[in-house]
Amino acid sequence: MDNVIVKVENLKKWFPIRRTIGELFRHEQKWVRAVDGITFSIDKGKIFGLVGESGCGKTTTGKLLMKLLEPTGGKIMFEGKDVTHLEPEALKKYRRSVQMIFQDPYASMNPRFRARDVLEEPLIIHHISEDRAEREKLVSRALEEVRLIPPEEFMSRFPHMLSGGQRQRVATARTLILSPSMIVADEPVSMIDLSTRAEILHMMKAVQRELNLTYLYITHDLSTARYFTDQIAVMYLGKIVEMGESDEIIDHPVHPYTKALIAAVCEPVSGKVNRIKEVPIKGEVPSAEDIPRGCRFHPRCVYARTQCWKEEEPQLVEVSSGHWAACRIFA
Amino acid sequence: MLICMDKVLEVKHLKLYYFTQKGVVRAVDDISFDLKKGESLGLVGESGCGKSTTALALLNMPARPGKIVGGKIILDGEDIVPLSENEMRKKIRWEKISMVFQGAMNCLTPVYTVGKQMMETLQEHGEMDSIQAKKRILKYINLVGLSEDVIRRYPHELSGGMKQRIVIATALFLEPEIVICDEPTTALDVVVQAQIINLMKELKQKLGLSLIFITHDLATEAEVADRLVVMYAGKVVEIGTNEQIYGEQGPAHPYTQKLLKATPRLHEKVNELAFIPGAPPDLLDPPSGCRFHLRCSEVMEKCKTEEPALVEIEPKHWVACWRCQHG
Repeated sequence: MDNVIVKVENLKKWFPIRRTIGELFRHEQKWVRAVDGITFSIDKGKIFGLVGESGCGKTTTGKLLMKLLEPTGGKIMFEGKDVTHLEPEALKKYRRSVQMIFQDPYASMNPRFRARDVLEEPLIIHHISEDRAEREKLVSRALEEVRLIPPEEFMSRFPHMLSGGQRQRVATARTLILSPSMIVADEPVSMIDLSTRAEILHMMKAVQRELNLTYLYITHDLSTARYFTDQIAVMYLGKIVEMGESDEIIDHPVHPYTKALIAAVCEPVSGKVNRIKEVPIKGEVPSAEDIPRGCRFHPRCVYARTQCWKEEEPQLVEVSSGHWAACRIFA
Repeated sequence: MLICMDKVLEVKHLKLYYFTQKGVVRAVDDISFDLKKGESLGLVGESGCGKSTTALALLNMPARPGKIVGGKIILDGEDIVPLSENEMRKKIRWEKISMVFQGAMNCLTPVYTVGKQMMETLQEHGEMDSIQAKKRILKYINLVGLSEDVIRRYPHELSGGMKQRIVIATALFLEPEIVICDEPTTALDVVVQAQIINLMKELKQKLGLSLIFITHDLATEAEVADRLVVMYAGKVVEIGTNEQIYGEQGPAHPYTQKLLKATPRLHEKVNELAFIPGAPPDLLDPPSGCRFHLRCSEVMEKCKTEEPALVEIEPKHWVACWRCQHG
């Protein structure tokens, strides 16, 4: 168990909905249950993928781990310590070891900062080095790590002088400069062109191996997840419905939701033009404000039976070694 | 293919340049392709390769400061490039060729109901009275798989998938022969994406539409396109059928080959995804010779100076690459 870097237990984040006057008098409060009790752990040096459609709570989970949001309930353990609630001092220290790469490389950088300033800022904030020349050295090393070579050339560039891929490299360098042990990457390649997407993932993986980093990779794209991650957790409406080794999940999915997701993915092979693809799922995602009772997937499930909504919500059960699923029928 | 193969649209040596302060951006530079009746044609390439610009050119409405500087767009035997804005609006746009714009589902007006917005399109174009118009709207609402009460709803009450269906219905109203779809599935979730793709296929069959399907994703294109036009830096580099591009033999142009290799496949275990080093060239000053030569791994001396023409290497398969012309 020593190998576990992050352990999340029954983590919850509920956002309050503004009350109507009636509700105010009745002392009622409605919630959007964005993350509704999730449990998982990530081993050191592994890449853990969190997959799901928009609105399933994957980004909220990332923000909770980054401590950008305070959890409503549950526990986060990082390197054996409880970090669920942290004092400002401890939080600053925590942020040194957990860093984030954001989705939009065009919005996550100050347009008036040169790449050098972007990378220097965390060093100044965390008082890593007071000496300018030394900081410069660290900056150029970080740029080399993300293969922006020669670093001198890129240091003085403004974000608009960089391509999307190069920006995402600078963003990665910015996280690496504090030598974190874990990086939360929220859809790092979804805004990047297909031809460079693989290049960025490739670089991130190389850096991860070199520095023995741990990634939490948040994505909606199962095909990159398969290539990039060691483990996958599939989320639906704030809950993990299936979790396990990436290859196992994709080749032998158990939960009907995972099956539908996999069926929906397009693949570049011939002979599918005149076929209507069957996606075994009904309707659309309900709002997280009003989560269906019983199994939260039952209104969309094509296999649903009476017990699925009459009985309590199914919990994650181990279906085979290391493969967990929350389904009454298949697990 | 049961449908007869006559051409509904022919693009010949089309050029669209943007006249910016920094100079002339040759966004679409001498491209030719055709669209057959009942066919769906995929237009693929990286961002900035001129896909969307081509789409706008087909409607003869280049975004400023763009201008069509040469070539022909032949629709039903008539060249539409010299037509005036007024003629285009009255006779061509939406009546013969319509478009589902990129991100159009986010451009619905929040203050009107969906029905009212749809009605606007019809009233602008036809002499239809409101009862007829309403009938027409309901017909197309059903056709795209929505229930009739959506016309009384406001856009914020609808999900992304539903809004996209509304936009598609609006594009179909005036019964055009050709519908251009610019990245219709990009901002949607995978499941909704698959549903929209299925919808497009059904509509194509039911209404006998000819589709131009623009996307950067070769995987999506494999599902919808009968034929593909691959663009790079404002040029067409390869045209081939679905089988020629995705089949065993694979594409012929190094760019298409690389793009296909960089596309992740779900059911294959790959340890290393390929990628194309570098970035697409600046079209203010495109490289000499073949525009892809700076990023190509199979570059020859000739590629750097002379531009390859689009040549038919086997029936229906056109490639612009010196390598293919030698062997």
